[in-house]
Amino acid sequence: MAKYLMLKHYKMAPEYMQYTPMDQWSPDEVDAHIQYMNDFADRLKETGEFVDSQALSPEGTFVRFDVDGKPPVTDGPFPETKDLIAGWMVIDVDSYDRALALAGELSAAPGAGGEPIREWLELRPFMGVTPSTTA
Amino acid sequence: MNGVRDLVPIVIGTLERRGADFATAEDAVQDALIEAFRTWPENEPRDMKGWLITVAWRKFLDRVRAESSRATREEQAFALSTEPRTTSADDTVDLYFLCAHPDLSPASAVALTLRAVGGLTTRQIAEAYLVPEATMAQRISRAKRTLSGRRLNRPGTVSDVLRVLYLVFNEGYSGDVDLAAEAIRLTRVLAASIDHPEVSGLLALMLIHHARREARFTADGGLITLVEQDRSLWDTDLIAEGIVMLQAALAREDLGEFQVQAAIAALHADAQRVEDTDWPQIVEWYDELLKLCDSPIAALNRAVAIGEADGPVAGLAELRRLDDGLPRYFAVEAHLRERSGEFEAAAKLYAKAAGKANNLAEREHLIRQAARMNAR
Repeated sequence: MAKYLMLKHYKMAPEYMQYTPMDQWSPDEVDAHIQYMNDFADRLKETGEFVDSQALSPEGTFVRFDVDGKPPVTDGPFPETKDLIAGWMVIDVDSYDRALALAGELSAAPGAGGEPIREWLELRPFMGVTPSTTA
Repeated sequence: MNGVRDLVPIVIGTLERRGADFATAEDAVQDALIEAFRTWPENEPRDMKGWLITVAWRKFLDRVRAESSRATREEQAFALSTEPRTTSADDTVDLYFLCAHPDLSPASAVALTLRAVGGLTTRQIAEAYLVPEATMAQRISRAKRTLSGRRLNRPGTVSDVLRVLYLVFNEGYSGDVDLAAEAIRLTRVLAASIDHPEVSGLLALMLIHHARREARFTADGGLITLVEQDRSLWDTDLIAEGIVMLQAALAREDLGEFQVQAAIAALHADAQRVEDTDWPQIVEWYDELLKLCDSPIAALNRAVAIGEADGPVAGLAELRRLDDGLPRYFAVEAHLRERSGEFEAAAKLYAKAAGKANNLAEREHLIRQAARMNAR
């Protein structure tokens, strides 16, 4: 078994965000989208592959240690087009192929006009803490 | 409380012999186990097994009664006309095979084995594998649904069972449950019940690896490689037990993967100092292993052994014949370059290998190796 993180982004470079933004959907379309996401998570709970799912607020702060009396908080050194993580789902699956298939399915959540939004998701394997016992 | 887990597969077997189906019997014993954990610390029964059978049977009847339709009830309770069995040891061995059924995914087989054979609770298994309890519960009940309707009389082969036990062993430990120790316990029970050289081979392999556990990590969890381990920390009793077991298995001349891996582990364990390691013989065992299984990982390890036996140039020549996409490929190349004095190349390769490591302890180790090369 291997754990994978599926990362959703609020904001990416425009060429990767080719669907109508959610705030321009009809209420029914929003409902359908949310229903799809919930059903997806329920199905993974049913198959015993679900680990965790969380959403993040788009509001955030960049913080670092500072030496010369400046406040250690800024809006961030990053440009306007920076990635903004919207949330994640963690899955525990038998293979990389299974993880790919699930990420593809999640990316097909319906948007405007009920069409799959085909948003880009980032799929990242978890790193184990210890090597296998036989190392 | 410790002996209770040994009783779990025996009690499941008893319920089955009384006509219970496996899935419900297993749930009922799990219910009884949880009740035992709750009540025994205050009031431990004199006859643990009798208590478990009584309570599990009651839980079984409760579950059957709770089924809505009468038809389902009768079907569930008596669907399985069990063939005559002799002893409870047979029941236990049957359970090992059932839980390692080839139709189950590896993760399901592992989870079911730990619950039905190992007597762990769903919560303990979930904690050990760092997933929510509900997820683990689903995995187990799906596994049991997969098994319903399958023939339950020792499906699959011994290798299926051994593969599951080895997966558990390799998980090591996180949380309360020491999975490596649990895998050893389960393999010991199996080895006591069936006579098979590969079962002995796997148990020997586990014991010899386990013997080095204290030496494998620094106090703060850093990885210590075989070469750098303090060999006085190795558990010589476990090593001796493993070697005796391995020799008896090898004498039967029915070689298998686990016996060969155990032989390689034994040769490492046998060397008082790293420079005493019999590398030529290790290379020969890797040749045997590659005859038995076409494993690219075994081929990579063989290249390491050749590097030690015949020098880094020979090792690098072996390595070039392998796919550089293999896990640890660059770590092996870095080590061989270092040995041939190419420190700059080694530093770069260690850094590259660190970027590809799939666990934290290994990555940190490789980063330290790169730093050590750069500091030369």
